[in-house]
Amino acid sequence: MQRKSIEIWVGIFMLVGIAAIVMLAVQVSAAGTGTGKSYRVEARFDNVGGLNVKAPVMIGGVRVGRVGGIWIDKEDYVAVVGLDIDQQYDTLAVDTGASILTSGLLGAQFVGLSPGFSDIYLEQGDTLELTQSAIQLESLISQFMFSQGQDQGQEPEKNNSKDQ
Amino acid sequence: MINLIARLGQWGISFVSRLGTAVLFLLSAMRGAWHSLPRGSLIIQQLYAIGVLTMVIILFSGLFVGMVLGLQGYSQLVAFSAESSLGLVVALFLVRELGPVLAALLFAGRAGSALTAEIGLMKTTEQLAAMEMMAVDPMIRVIGPRFVAGLIAMPLLAAMMSAIGVVGGYLIGHGQFGLDAGVYWSSMQNGVDLIDDILNGIIKSIVFGFIVVWVALFEGYHAVPTAEGVSRATTRTVVTSSLAILGGDYILTALMFGGF
Repeated sequence: MQRKSIEIWVGIFMLVGIAAIVMLAVQVSAAGTGTGKSYRVEARFDNVGGLNVKAPVMIGGVRVGRVGGIWIDKEDYVAVVGLDIDQQYDTLAVDTGASILTSGLLGAQFVGLSPGFSDIYLEQGDTLELTQSAIQLESLISQFMFSQGQDQGQEPEKNNSKDQ
Repeated sequence: MINLIARLGQWGISFVSRLGTAVLFLLSAMRGAWHSLPRGSLIIQQLYAIGVLTMVIILFSGLFVGMVLGLQGYSQLVAFSAESSLGLVVALFLVRELGPVLAALLFAGRAGSALTAEIGLMKTTEQLAAMEMMAVDPMIRVIGPRFVAGLIAMPLLAAMMSAIGVVGGYLIGHGQFGLDAGVYWSSMQNGVDLIDDILNGIIKSIVFGFIVVWVALFEGYHAVPTAEGVSRATTRTVVTSSLAILGGDYILTALMFGGF
C-alpha cells in the first residue's frame, strides 16, 4: 500500500510537470499556431529603421507572418528584409507592396503588406518591388525645421519687394 | 613568507585533487546511473523523495514570484504606457531566468541538502561499506537512482515554476489591475519563442539539475564520517551548488542569448 501511494504521487508529479511544459509550449509561446509552414519572400528597403527579426508581418492589422531576417545586399548596400509568410496566405499577388510601419507613436515596428491585383502569386524566393522605408522621426523633424527656416528666410525678402 | 607560499601551494593541490575526485566520482556515478536504469522502483522511490516533496514549495514560491513580477512589472510599465506587454515581460523573465534559476536554488536547498545528509549518514553508519561487503555496488544501488531522479525532476520542477508564475502574473495583471486577458496572453505568445526561450530554459534547468545532483551526491559520498563532517558537507552542498548555479547561469545566458 505504501509503495502504491508513492507511485501515485510520482505519477501526479510527472503529470503536473509535463502539463507545465505543454502549457509553456502551447499557451505561452503559441507553438501550435503560426509556426507552421511558411514561405520566404524578400523586400528591399532604403532604411529599415528599428525593425527587428521576428517582428510581425501584417495585412490590414492581421498577422500573416514574421520577419525572418534582415541583412545588407553586398552588391548595392541596400537593406533586405526576409519575410516568412504563413503557407495559408499563398495567394498574395506579385505586385504586393511592403512598408515598415510603427504600431502606436513609439511602439514596435512591423511590416505592413498592401495586397496587389496581379493574377500571379508570390512564391518562395520572390522579391517585393514596391516598398516604402521606415519613417524616421529625426528626419521628419529636421525636414520640418528646415522648411520653417526657409519660410522665415523668405519673409524679409517679400517685405523688401513690397517696399520697393 | 615561505610558509605562506607553502600554504597556498597546499591549498592549490588539495583543490585540484578534490576537483579530480569529483570528476572521477561523476564518471562512476554516471555508470551507476546507467546500470540503475532497469531498476525502476528504486528510481520511483527517489523521484518521490526528490521531486514530489519539492513540488509543493516550487509551486508555492513560483506563484508568488509570478505575482511579484506582475506587480512590479505593471507599476514600471505603466509609466511608459506599455502595460500591454506585461505578459511578455513576466513570461520572458520566468522562462529564461527565474524559472530555472530559482527552481534550482530551491532544489539545492530542499533536495540537495537532503541527499547529502542521507548519503553522509549512510557512510557514517557504514551502510555503504556493508553494501560493498555484500557485493552490492552502492554506486548502482544508492547513487545511481538518485542521479537519474534528480535529472528527471529538475526540468519538470523548473517548468512548473515558470508555468505557475505566468499564472500568478495573470492573476495580478488581470485580477488586480484589470489588464485585458487577451492582451496579456497575446503579447506573451507573440514574443516568446518555443526554441529560443522555452527550449533554452529547459536546457538550463537540465544543466542546473546535473550540477546540483553531482555536488550533493559527491559531498555526501566524500563527507568526513562524523556528525560534524556530515553537517559541513550539507552546508557545502548548498553553498557550492548555489554558486555553481548562479555562475553557470551567466555562462549559459551568454552562450544562449549573448549573440555570439
